[in-house]
Amino acid sequence: MTMNAVRRFFSLIEGPQTIGHGRPFWLGFALVVAVALVFPAFADGYTVGNTVYFLNSVFIALGLCLIWGYVGVLSFGQTAFFGIAGYSYAVLTINVGTAYGFTFAALALSVLAAALFATILGYFLFFSRINGVFLGIVTLSVTLVLERFMAQTSGPEWKIGTARLNGTNGINTMPPLTLPWSGGDFVFYPDPPLYYLVLALLLIVYLCLRILLNSRFGNVLVAIRENPERAEMLGYDIRKYQLGAFVIGAALAGLSGALYTAWGQYITPSSMGMTAAALPIVWVAVGGRSDITAAAIGTFIVLAVFQALTIYGNQYALVVMGALLVLTVLFMPDGLILSGAAKLGRITQTLRHRRSL
Amino acid sequence: MALLEIQGLSKHFGGLHVTADVDFTLDAGELHCLIGPNGAGKSTFFRLILGVVSPDRGKIVLAGKDITRLKPFQRVHEGMSVKFQVPGIFKTLSVSQNLQTALQHNCDADALAGKIAEMLDFLGLAAEARSPAGNLSHGQKQWLEIGMAVCLKPRLLLLDEPTAGMSPKETEATGELVKSLNAQGVTVLVVEHDMAFVRQVAQRVTVMHLGRIFAQGTVEEVMADSRVEAIYLGRSHA
Repeated sequence: MTMNAVRRFFSLIEGPQTIGHGRPFWLGFALVVAVALVFPAFADGYTVGNTVYFLNSVFIALGLCLIWGYVGVLSFGQTAFFGIAGYSYAVLTINVGTAYGFTFAALALSVLAAALFATILGYFLFFSRINGVFLGIVTLSVTLVLERFMAQTSGPEWKIGTARLNGTNGINTMPPLTLPWSGGDFVFYPDPPLYYLVLALLLIVYLCLRILLNSRFGNVLVAIRENPERAEMLGYDIRKYQLGAFVIGAALAGLSGALYTAWGQYITPSSMGMTAAALPIVWVAVGGRSDITAAAIGTFIVLAVFQALTIYGNQYALVVMGALLVLTVLFMPDGLILSGAAKLGRITQTLRHRRSL
Repeated sequence: MALLEIQGLSKHFGGLHVTADVDFTLDAGELHCLIGPNGAGKSTFFRLILGVVSPDRGKIVLAGKDITRLKPFQRVHEGMSVKFQVPGIFKTLSVSQNLQTALQHNCDADALAGKIAEMLDFLGLAAEARSPAGNLSHGQKQWLEIGMAVCLKPRLLLLDEPTAGMSPKETEATGELVKSLNAQGVTVLVVEHDMAFVRQVAQRVTVMHLGRIFAQGTVEEVMADSRVEAIYLGRSHA
């Protein structure tokens, strides 16, 4: 009975739309999770804090991977949704405070705000049949307009309730995530508790995305990427599927934004700027945009390298990022991780073949 | 009984009347070919039926229901299915997944695998089930797409040059495939250039010329019509 349930679960999270299946992959997966669980015990607080930031960013990358890699819609809107959720978290928590665990409600509401905005924007885009490069231009414009707008809110008249928006300086007085506890509030700061919370959320999101992508819904998403006209003439209202994926992607970007704000207690308009809009594209492209596992690993590695470059005084970290994108597009258009995985797959297949001879 | 009724259908692009006041009826169970020289307006007429292009005037009725204003995917729900001229398949998806995408509408999870296997056998693609559809030969891609169109269990199957780019042998096999589908009760409308194919399959033929219906009848009647020969050879605009 339990064996059957396990098998059923694995049949949901494995499928043609995601790499990784069978015992070796899931053993490796368990190993990575185990390492991640004990990691804070062996690292200093600063490194753990940085890792929280990397893990936070994986959500926005997974969202982009979903809409760009799986549905074929290159959107720069992720950064806008990130900012909307970040600002929502700031404004909500500054106004209401941390009583009764409200910060967690604020986290959920911020994600919802991003998703709602994406629903409205996405409706006009997809139901007007705006596609390809035009969708990229419109979403980038929306992001930059939001940045410009927030940057000019430095005057005292720009406030929502008690929360001053502070223009380019941004907001930095919001509380971290806080749970009421009998012996005093449990604050998700300093880092290890927040680290575990984000890690747990990431695992849940990753597995849910695997289920979604290998479902019938995911099958149609990929079909739309491959040939939208054919998908429509199989009876699918492709606009609804595109919108659905766009909103899920936006919610993930929103989760990144709200968690980022709670983590750093800090959000500024530049989080919606040109650089911020371009970076997720680099992370996802370098890892491999057409697979969530590749995109997640790629994002984590690229961010860690980027951080190292910046810390050691290298002013050219962004230039290196740009070069990395160009090189990936030229030489490994499927992304480093995905190409590597494909090579590994071929090697194991050859070995198995030889053994069977 | 008429399955598809088209009345006064017109479409112009600028000053060019690509479809000019066309009346057309397709009976249920028919296997009908639409032919005509290049630029006759066949493709636009076809796209009007699909709903990819919307008409300036006229009415399209499918099985008694006015579908003139319906979107393409809604027409599919009304029982229309199409095979495009350029093989419209999902290249990176496996052959099975291509069929699954077409089948999953009206099929529960348990029955899906069986239905896919059945269709793979019917198309002779069982050996390629797991390989990406993009790796198939041209003819196999065409068959796969016909298979996908058939998976929807259409009342009306529209085929746009199903044998384009095929070898004579593949063309003949496709003809047999189309005939067997028709024998199973599917009404088929084919736009085709290949006259050998038309002779092989068609029961009735409609000739289009300059956006109008030029002639209609059995293959023999149409072939014997000297006016049809004339427009094909470009001798006349009559």
